[in-house]
Amino acid sequence: MEEKFDAAIVGAGPAGISAACILADRGVKVIVLERGEYPGSKNMFGGVLYGRCLGRIIPDYAQKNCPIERNIVESRISYLSEQGSISFAYRDHAFFEELQNNAFTVGRAKFDRWFADQARAKGALVVCSTVVTDLLRDEAGRVIGVKTDRADGDLRAKVVLLADGVNSPLAARSGFRPEVRPGKVALAVKELIALPEEVIDERFGVSAGNGVTNEILGNVTAGMNGVAFIYTNRRSVSIGIGANLSDFARQRVRPYEMIERLKLHPAISPLIKDGKPTEYIAHWLPEGGFETVPKLFGDGFLIAGDSAMLFNALHREGSNLAMASGRLAAATILDAMEKGDFSSRTLQAYGARLEESFVLKDLKKYRRFPSFLETHKELFTTLPDGVSAALRTILTVDETPKKTSQRAAWQAMRSRTAPLRLLHLIWDAWRSIR
Amino acid sequence: MSAKVEDKLFLNRFNVDDESHLRLIDPDVCMKKCDDQPCLYICPANVYKMEKDRVSVNYEGCLECGSCRVGCPHFNIDWRFPRGGYGVRHKFG
Repeated sequence: MEEKFDAAIVGAGPAGISAACILADRGVKVIVLERGEYPGSKNMFGGVLYGRCLGRIIPDYAQKNCPIERNIVESRISYLSEQGSISFAYRDHAFFEELQNNAFTVGRAKFDRWFADQARAKGALVVCSTVVTDLLRDEAGRVIGVKTDRADGDLRAKVVLLADGVNSPLAARSGFRPEVRPGKVALAVKELIALPEEVIDERFGVSAGNGVTNEILGNVTAGMNGVAFIYTNRRSVSIGIGANLSDFARQRVRPYEMIERLKLHPAISPLIKDGKPTEYIAHWLPEGGFETVPKLFGDGFLIAGDSAMLFNALHREGSNLAMASGRLAAATILDAMEKGDFSSRTLQAYGARLEESFVLKDLKKYRRFPSFLETHKELFTTLPDGVSAALRTILTVDETPKKTSQRAAWQAMRSRTAPLRLLHLIWDAWRSIR
Repeated sequence: MSAKVEDKLFLNRFNVDDESHLRLIDPDVCMKKCDDQPCLYICPANVYKMEKDRVSVNYEGCLECGSCRVGCPHFNIDWRFPRGGYGVRHKFG
């Protein structure tokens, strides 16, 4: 490709397309390179996208037929033991109306394609089936374009935005981000289970395109630091489970066996009963938090989204951080276009913009959270069964005096997790999120 | 419910390239130096299988997560993305 572009974007996911939309809108000559056959064909997340962040890019997304599966009106968290389940659910009428589409589910194969079409309509060039294999640099080391796996593969641009996701061999090769260490990512697998719309409505107590998200913790991750989920789509539910990659290696747990066990759990199996599995995919989550965020810019390049490890594990937020970082990267590129300077001197404003936004503020706030989970494995091992046994004892009605049964419940709890350990857990949990 | 990984992979769409995008750099390392062989466990598509005298690489079902590349204690896996347009194709995502 002989043509020279103002901006080359690697990856047609939420970060790259957000930036492409804004840049194309302002007349910047932008090309997006996507390795998949179509945008979204390689992408996966749990399933939840956030309307406010999308609205900053495409204000009338709902009118433009954004492929929304279900508007989320209820968020559940379940803590599972071997046989039991403790759940907390919050449903609010506001999420039906004034906060409609605060969060909604999408499938990435449809959504990313739709999102890329919005960028195309604004004038961005989105080229699929093209792998970026390396960065082009000048003698001074400044990034001046990308190498691709096409025959005429070199492509020059004034600035390159790396938005190629968490699994990026390009990152390690080009040195813009150190190779991922297994302890700093979670490996997640997800199955799509097809069910009739009315069956999903009934099982989750919703109707008219509304839905539920259910985060699942406990010993379903076989003692590993991880989390599972069930999210409702229009005519399917997404069920997934993930855990720290180092834990997988250490415990020799096979991901596809773990998701089978989850599906058989007495609290989960009724939700997916008679459903037909239609897809099985896997992806990483950049769960390392603030400590793993690389340098976000340099001479001629910026990094956004999962590529920059921008992910908030506690709040299940990733796609919105990707969109926000893509938007802030685009704003910085627009400044650079005006100045005609694409060195890190100008691009460093991107770092400042992220610092001032919720993106880095949130990651900083929760910087201790990843190590909290690493050091409190009882959350995934002994605690679920302890809490379960205690509750079972309290709820069993058999003429035992309450004083005796309450003592037995506490005994059930403390025999599995020592009281001092519990105190530590509460103290460290509070410290990690305050 | 599909319990076997083969049944799960059968649900997916793949555009399989003739050439593997995954390669063991030195197959001897897997057999002689690697005690844990985590690739046999962590891969969500069971791409790596222990044969009589070697580890086989069944790249056709690779879900492209990257876990084997960083999980290999000897960095013995040459891992590339499949050529543009090849590999797994998510229907829903």
